[in-house]
Amino acid sequence: MGDISLIHYLMVAAILFTFGAVGIFLNRKNVIIILMCIELMLLAVNINLAAFSSFHGHITGQIFAMFILTVAAAEAAIGLAILVVYFRNRGSIAVEDINMMKG
Amino acid sequence: MIAPLFFYLFAFMTVVSGLMVILARNPVHSVLFLILSFFNSAGLFVLLGAEFLAMLLVVVYVGAVAVLFLFVVMMLDINIDEMRQGFRQHLPLGLVVGLILIVELLMIFTQDLSTDNVLATNLSNDISNTAMIGQVLYTEYLLNFQVAGLILLVAMIGAITLTMRHREGVKRQNISEQNSRTRDETVQIVSVDSHVAPKVLDDSRAANKRLQ
Repeated sequence: MGDISLIHYLMVAAILFTFGAVGIFLNRKNVIIILMCIELMLLAVNINLAAFSSFHGHITGQIFAMFILTVAAAEAAIGLAILVVYFRNRGSIAVEDINMMKG
Repeated sequence: MIAPLFFYLFAFMTVVSGLMVILARNPVHSVLFLILSFFNSAGLFVLLGAEFLAMLLVVVYVGAVAVLFLFVVMMLDINIDEMRQGFRQHLPLGLVVGLILIVELLMIFTQDLSTDNVLATNLSNDISNTAMIGQVLYTEYLLNFQVAGLILLVAMIGAITLTMRHREGVKRQNISEQNSRTRDETVQIVSVDSHVAPKVLDDSRAANKRLQ
């Protein structure tokens, strides 16, 4: 097992970030899953920041992780509100149907 | 040592539940796996010594964001089978992109990431993590903190305005209209003709006279 180094945390974050990115490609039909994938990617970024903060002995990383948390919460609220309004108007949340603004 | 064991447990659970978020057939299960992923990464944060951030993750992400997702998923009537269409079709592209991304990210780790030459160290064991964050957040990052609050306010107002709708034909109370009413426009004085006395009054008067 050995000691846990910075690399270990960065690897977890990298794998999590990749899953988030792949999820956006795979779930083309469901906007909710795409929003969840974005949350997953932001979580990976937070793990990175906290790991660097801890291993570099500097608190700033954790402060910025907090700001990312704020923005993620705001983004989720707005995104889901848009989703609810869209579903009310169209009765579907498939990504391919969202093309009303296409010229 | 027990700490590496816990790291591998939390890391494994985080990654596996992260994978299940994108693979789960039912969106409700996806949200539940997302919650599991958040909990396990909170464990990772505790191992890193970022206790405040870990608690924040549980409170904000699990308590608010994930529950919001859960509500929306359950509120919208989604056809699950239809949602899965195109999954196989997009699988090769997704795997290729994911493979490229993970290889690129792992290539960074071949670089020297040693933290020996980092000078700035202000993490001490004397005060708790929360106190340390408070000392920096309200002094050095005060403006950022205020702007973060502003972002939350804008998000709140935006979410309310987006989802609020006015149905036609529903009687509502208009408080400002009620308060701005004046006596002149609502009270009407009608002059009643006093010569024609009502019959009921007449009868009672007659009854009174008889009693006397």
